[in-house]
Parts: sequence; C-alpha cells; structure tokens
Amino acid sequence: MTITRPANDSPIYDSPIYGLMAEFDSAQELVAAAHKTHEAGYRKIDAYSPFPIEGLAEAIGFHKNNVALIVLIGGLIGGISAYALQYWVAAITYPVNIGGRPFHSWPSFIIVTFELTILFAGLSAAIGMIALNGLPMPYHPVFNVPEFAKASENKFFLIVFSSDPNYDAIRTRSFLAGLAPRMVAEVPS
Amino acid sequence: MATNTQIPVADRRVPVIAPGHSFSTIGEKISNIVLSRPVSLGWILGFLIVFSAMNILMMALGYLFIKGTGIWGINIPIGWGFAIVNFVWWIGIGHAGTLISAILCLLRQTWRNSINRFAEAMTLFAVSCAGIFPLAHTGRPWLAYWLFPYPNTMNYWPNFRSPLVWDVFAVSTYFTISLVFWFVGLIPDLASLRDRAESPLVQRIYGLLAMGWRGSARHWHRYETAYLLLAGLATPLVLSVHTVVSFDFAVGIVPGWHTTIFPPYFVAGAIYSGFAMVLCLAIPIRAIYGLQDFITMRHLENAAKVMLATGLIVGYGYGMEAFMGWYSGSQFDSFLLWNRLHGPYRLSYMALLACNILIPQVLWLKKFRVSTGWLWLVSFVVLVGMWLERFIIVVVSLSRDFLTSSFGMYYPTKWDWMTFAGTIGMFLTAMWLFVRILPMISIFELRTLLPESQVHEAAEVKQ
Repeated sequence: MTITRPANDSPIYDSPIYGLMAEFDSAQELVAAAHKTHEAGYRKIDAYSPFPIEGLAEAIGFHKNNVALIVLIGGLIGGISAYALQYWVAAITYPVNIGGRPFHSWPSFIIVTFELTILFAGLSAAIGMIALNGLPMPYHPVFNVPEFAKASENKFFLIVFSSDPNYDAIRTRSFLAGLAPRMVAEVPS
Repeated sequence: MATNTQIPVADRRVPVIAPGHSFSTIGEKISNIVLSRPVSLGWILGFLIVFSAMNILMMALGYLFIKGTGIWGINIPIGWGFAIVNFVWWIGIGHAGTLISAILCLLRQTWRNSINRFAEAMTLFAVSCAGIFPLAHTGRPWLAYWLFPYPNTMNYWPNFRSPLVWDVFAVSTYFTISLVFWFVGLIPDLASLRDRAESPLVQRIYGLLAMGWRGSARHWHRYETAYLLLAGLATPLVLSVHTVVSFDFAVGIVPGWHTTIFPPYFVAGAIYSGFAMVLCLAIPIRAIYGLQDFITMRHLENAAKVMLATGLIVGYGYGMEAFMGWYSGSQFDSFLLWNRLHGPYRLSYMALLACNILIPQVLWLKKFRVSTGWLWLVSFVVLVGMWLERFIIVVVSLSRDFLTSSFGMYYPTKWDWMTFAGTIGMFLTAMWLFVRILPMISIFELRTLLPESQVHEAAEVKQ
C-alpha cells in the first residue's frame, strides 16, 4: 500500500482537504470496507464504482431514495392534466358534435391521458434522478485524485469527507489504511 | 441483482460473454471502437453510399414541398399509399429496441445487456424515419404543429376523438421516452469514455455529455431506481404505440381494418420486424467490429426464437382475418379475402405469406439459427414481408371497399420509392455515425454480468 499526497510545490497543496480516499481492487473489498467504515461511526462517506453494486448504498447508510415518489407525482400530474385538458377542450371551450357522440366522450380521452402519464412520469424519472444526484456537476473534488480516472473502469473507491464529525486527518487515515486498500489519498477540494 | 448471482444451469450452453473478460477488457474493447480505432476506408465508402441515399430523401422531400403530395402515387380512393405503409413499417421496427431494453430488463433476461444499446439507437433512428412520413403526408408539414393543443389566434383545438391525434401523442411520447431511456443508459458509459479519452477535446465532449457522473453509490442507487421505473413505463408504452397505430385503421370502417384483432396483431408484427432489423444490423456489426465475445451466438439464437414466436402470432392474425372473412358472413369482408387472394395485388399477398409465414419456419431448425448467413437472409426476408403486410393492409383494403364505382388502383411513383429508399439511407447514416461516436454496447451493464461484480458478502451481512 502506498500513501500519496500532492507534491509540496503543487498549487493545490494549500487548499483545504475535501476528504480521504481509499482505493480497492474489487467490489467485494469495497462493500466490506464500506460496512466497516460505517460501523466505525463515519456517516459522511461515499463509495464509487464503475457499475452498480448490490448492497453498496446500504453499506454506506443510504437506504431510500425519492426517485419513485417523484415519478409518481410526475405521472399523476401528466395524467390529470391530460384528461383535464381534453375535457376542457372537447366539452367546454370547443365542443364539436361528431356523429352525435357526447361531448364528454371519455373512452376516447383514455389514450392521450395514458400517453401523457407515461411521458411525464418518464421525464420525471430521468430529470428527478439527475437533479437529486446534483448533476450536471462539471467539477468535483474527487476528480483531483489521478487514480480516480479508474473509477469508471475497474477500481473501487471509498471516501470519508472532512465534514464528518469524526474526521481526523491522522486517525481517519490510519483507519482507512487498516482496511487494506491499494492506496489512501488526500482529496484536495 | 442479488438473485442473479447463480447462473442457471440452462444458461451454461453458450455464455452471454465469452470467457476471459474482465472489467477493463470489456471497457477497452467497446470504447476503443469509438476512441482509438482508425477510420477505415470501408467505413468511409459505406458512409458515402448511405449518405448519398439519405440525400435522395432530401431531394424527394424538397421536391415534395415545392409541388405537394400530387407527385406521389396517392389518389382517391387510396389516399394513404406509401406514406402510411412506410410509417407503420418504420415504427414497427423501432419496437424491438424498446422490447429488448425495457421488457427484457423487467424479465431479468440479462443477455439483453449486450444488444440493448444499439437496439435502442435503432429505435430512435427508426422512429425518426417514421415521423417523416405522416408529417410529409399532411401536405403542409410547416403547419404540422396545429396537431398539438396550444392556445392560438384561430381559436381552434384538436379533436381528441380522432385516432390521428392519438397517434401524434403516442409517437411523440414514444420518441421522447426512448431518447430519455437511451440517454440515461448512456450516462455511465459516457463517463467511462471521458476517463479513457486521451485528447482533451474528446474528453471535454464526453465529459459534457456525462454531466460529471462519478459513480457514487448514492447516484447508482437513484440511477437504478430511475432505470427500472423507466423500463416499467416504457413497457406499456411500447405496447400502446403500435396499438394506437393499429387504431388508425381499426377505428375506421373499411373492410380489413375494422377488426378487434388489430392491436395485438400489430404489436406482434412490430416486434417481428424489429427483431429482424436487430439481426440484420447485429450480424454484420459484430463481424466487422469483432464483437463476437459480447454478441454471442446465444444472442442471435434468442433473437431468432423471438422472431419465430412473434411470426407465429402474426400468422395467427392472418388466419383469423381469413376466418372472420368467411365466418362473419359480411359480403365485404369475404370479398376482401377473395380480393387478396385473387385480386390485382395477389402477387404481393402471396409474397407476403411466403416471406412472413413460410420461409421463417426454417428457424425451427437449429442449423439455420446458428448460421449467421442464413439468419441474416431470413431476417431480411421478414423485413420485406412485414413491409408487404403494411402495403396489403393499406392498399388492398382502400383500393376496393364498398362501392364498385369507387374502386381504384395504386401505383407508387419514383418519388414514393425515392422517399422510402431515402429513409433507409437516413437510418443507415445515423447507424453508421452511431457505431463510431457512442459505445454501441452498454459497458457498465456488461460488467455487471461478470461473476466478480456480484457481492456475495452483502447478502450475508443482511441475514
């Protein structure tokens, strides 16, 4: 294991530390390390992997997300507004007698209602997920660690943010080093 | 995904990914096609050909906008002609992409991870081609926005009881959701390309598109929820789209259109032609780009089986149409059946039966399913057959309906053919660019298929 930090003459050396990052070789090691870090009392932590890992979010104490709720609300808004629009158009503002059908001919309105439910729910899913993730975010401190380029490839990372109440530059570093990572690096912010 | 950790015994015949691959070799192999593979002479020549074909479309549409739809072969009684035939054909082809990406995702058919990306791209391009036809067919495409409900000075609103308005909503929703689904699936792979790219410009382009994706566990958690929900939403959507397209016909009273079997029969036909197009594209692409490790014979065989099954549903549809022609006792319906078999378009109908029902039966034999050459040929035949099916439905029914005084014939003009050939060019041009600009196989989803991506410990901790 190597401990890396920016060279002394590096301009980012003086910048405040965003956190401490440990690199692992496998998904299994990362999940185990995340569990241990959470059990050690660290709460402001995050883990990074090239693909979704079952149980990793739970390991860092993130159990529930609000995407489904946003999708439900989006879908309801889409469906209700689509039906309301059609009712208002066909029965109130622009009634046209077509073959003697009632103005409020609800079976014909189902299709557009259905399509707009899906449209609004689907857009809510994508936009909600992106917004809750805080994206687009062109700059993020974790990218300052050169090894992090492998986070989308075949390496797995765990970070303890310096904002964690238990964070201590020395003790956290030795704790992470005890998890047998490939390396521990300071993340300048 | 925890339930997927054990590969079922039945799946061990041909693996989804050839053995010997790791997280990095998957990423390397797929992203190198985009990032470092030199542009070959063959690619450029092929691009010139398909791009020229796309320009035929531009010429055909340009002349159409000057002269109007009179340059087409459409007339009264056959007011729909090639425009609607091609619209239904293209939109049907798109359906396989959504079936692969959404329905097979919900059914946990993990083999779909190798083919969903380019099948979704195929969906987008096919729906784009489809959209051109009804737009052009309106005659005044620059006023097509009148189809949308918006407050306007004419004090006019669309008629929501019309299947043509339903179509606008179904197709535009379908395109939007397909695009969103595709883009959401691309985000982690764009981040992968960003991290692998060497040129700063390329890094920046993929970086912009990846929006700063960094693979955080929280992000993945929301991502997986959103992806699953999108799959769940796209599944009823794709079934609804061709249902609505079939309503364009079934809500009318023309013999051969006014039947309740149309929605399921159209959806099955759509998936049939869509899988045929997937095979027609996948077989050459995997050979050219050496992707046999990821698109294995198992994928091709599975696609062939889906084609066989949906082809049989389509065959059942034809059988039922014929049966109802006789059983309904309606003279117009039985005349339609006679007219298909003996009328002026009988050769098209015979070709249709041969292409869609007869020839694909060879797929029962494993020999044909595992031979890429045969499979490609059968898929191509199915594409022709499904095009003929739409031609028969549109043209034969309209050419001879209730009154002999309004019988007519339809002959496509060179502009019809140019528009059709042009959309094929447009579709292939888009595909041509896609394979070199974006990862055509989902890198991160393929990685989740490797056994080392599964964390067994997580399950133990929970217990």
